[in-house]
Amino acid sequence: MLKLPSAPQSNGGKIEDEDAISRREFLTSALKMAPSVALFVGLMRVSPLKAAEQALGMIPGTNYDPSEHLFAYVVDINKCIGCGMCVKACALENKVPDHFFRTWIERYVVSEKGEVIVESPDGGINGFKPMTPGFNVSKSYFVPKLCNHCANTPCSQVCPVGASYTNQDGAVLVDSKRCIGCGYCVQACPFGSRFINPLTRTAEKCTWCYHRITKGLKPACVEACPTGARLFGDMNNERDPIRKIVTEEHIAVLQPEKLTKPRCYYLGFDKETR
Amino acid sequence: MLPYLQYTFPNDIHIHWSIMIVMYPYITGLVAGAFIVSSFYHVFQKKEYQPIGRFALLTSLAFLLCATLPLLNHLGHPERALNIMITPNFSSAMAGFGILYTSYLVVLILEIWLVFRKDIVHFATTYKGIRALPYRILTLGVYDVSDEAIKTDHKVITILATIGIPSACLLHGYVGFLFGAVKANPWWSTPLMPIIFLFSAVVSGIALLIILYQLMAIFRGTEVSQDCVRGLARWLWYFQIQTVTLELLEIITLSYERNEAWEIIAPLLTTKLAFSFISVQMVLGSLIPFILLMVTVLLDKYLHPKVRNSLTFFASILLLIQVFAMRWNVVIGGQIMSKSLRGLRDFHPEFLAKEGILPAMLIFALPFVLLYFLVKVLPPFEKERQLAS
Repeated sequence: MLKLPSAPQSNGGKIEDEDAISRREFLTSALKMAPSVALFVGLMRVSPLKAAEQALGMIPGTNYDPSEHLFAYVVDINKCIGCGMCVKACALENKVPDHFFRTWIERYVVSEKGEVIVESPDGGINGFKPMTPGFNVSKSYFVPKLCNHCANTPCSQVCPVGASYTNQDGAVLVDSKRCIGCGYCVQACPFGSRFINPLTRTAEKCTWCYHRITKGLKPACVEACPTGARLFGDMNNERDPIRKIVTEEHIAVLQPEKLTKPRCYYLGFDKETR
Repeated sequence: MLPYLQYTFPNDIHIHWSIMIVMYPYITGLVAGAFIVSSFYHVFQKKEYQPIGRFALLTSLAFLLCATLPLLNHLGHPERALNIMITPNFSSAMAGFGILYTSYLVVLILEIWLVFRKDIVHFATTYKGIRALPYRILTLGVYDVSDEAIKTDHKVITILATIGIPSACLLHGYVGFLFGAVKANPWWSTPLMPIIFLFSAVVSGIALLIILYQLMAIFRGTEVSQDCVRGLARWLWYFQIQTVTLELLEIITLSYERNEAWEIIAPLLTTKLAFSFISVQMVLGSLIPFILLMVTVLLDKYLHPKVRNSLTFFASILLLIQVFAMRWNVVIGGQIMSKSLRGLRDFHPEFLAKEGILPAMLIFALPFVLLYFLVKVLPPFEKERQLAS
């Protein structure tokens, strides 16, 4: 049995020391003191603690508070070797159906005359085979792609029921219990980052592995990348290396003319990349 | 095709908006178009359109009642469809659907009720037993058909029909806006889109009514009013010219301003959409009916009624195909082109799939069945109304 906070009656009903107990402890205790509320919430089939935490914007079952973070993602094109481990890791971690992609890799092959061949066989999940493009190759590189978690996102804007939304931590997410599967967000995303999952029949996209980052872990693709081409971090954390890169390096975003303000930044960006 | 035009984003391989989303603007276009035709008589008091004034209203209702079916069949979770009305996200254009659809439905049903009220009261009082019951319900307890009451009805009808025009235009212009305001897709993203949708909606509405009116006349063994056909043919020609001009204007602008997307839109129109755009939408559906209607309008005084009827009838069929092709080329064409702007994909519609050709045909047949019953319950033509009374 948890110890309940003593009733602060001596000073006119004011709580003297708010920091004496944590918010979580307080919520647990307060809700245990209110069986009627618990019964009501119980009838609504929601666990009381979960309901209270959700009301405060917290992630149920964790001490994670989205308002304390602002995430960003950096792709270093010069480091990507196109091995496909990130795509594989993403598919495993998030049970992505075959032929649909939360992340993928593109290979750009550019000739001296400016001809460009772009390809992404099966999203690059099995890496890339050597190719003979039929022209003198002057440069070639791989570009990993994922949801850009735009600050000014057209996908959430067009969602007719508000199932698609942006969290305070910058993550653009989809509530699959609310999504009606109209596909308007799929059309509105200029980057091709969304799809309708044929099993759930709802919109799906990269969440930066939200179930991992809220526990302080990195997204699966970042963990799997052998060359460190994918970086993920918190802009609110002064010691996070990503903050230094985003604020001090020359970075680019995809399709900047669309003014969607992506939170996914690219180092070593070439003009052919779209 | 050029090798550098073969890259589509991996998720772009799937065409998420297929035939159902082609059907949806097609059906709402017919709703709006049919209503505009009804307003020729009910708002602008043009007597030559009196024969189809009431029938056009019923046609609009029959199609409106089926307008949501393709959407419901398309949604991944149709059981959550009402959330668009209950918890709309107003930053989304799509959230306006509930408001626009319901308000237009209310205006249309009110107008139809008032237009047919005298008939409803007549049937409710002359028919006996079970046959009278539906009409008694439809009277809503109002049996006053005195001259004064009918005069008031007419005033309200004119007001409702006048509100109905912008409502119908909004309902359909909104569909055009859904596409026209998607900045991710350069083939859709143009402020011209709602206007093109509206004009082609009027074309399809007039064309449908010319066809239905003539067919009904054949089956009912009555004369086709030449004043009515002549007038409709003129309007059809006018709106067709406007529509095709706007459609071409959009493409000419893209091409002339060397829009970055033209690099992919040009091959889209000349390869994957060569048949549906160039052959069907532009030649079969625009050029040929343009000539047919030009003959009908300019050589009017030399034409035998049968020739006039046939010319407008065939032009109308071709224009119905044109408008469908236009919807197809916008909806499907916009997705055939990958948002990488570097490649085109294929689209092969299935016949029996959930969103296949057969369900689309069934959904399109349903408004005609509904219209058949509506015409039985509320006879819109003079002959049947006189016989009934």
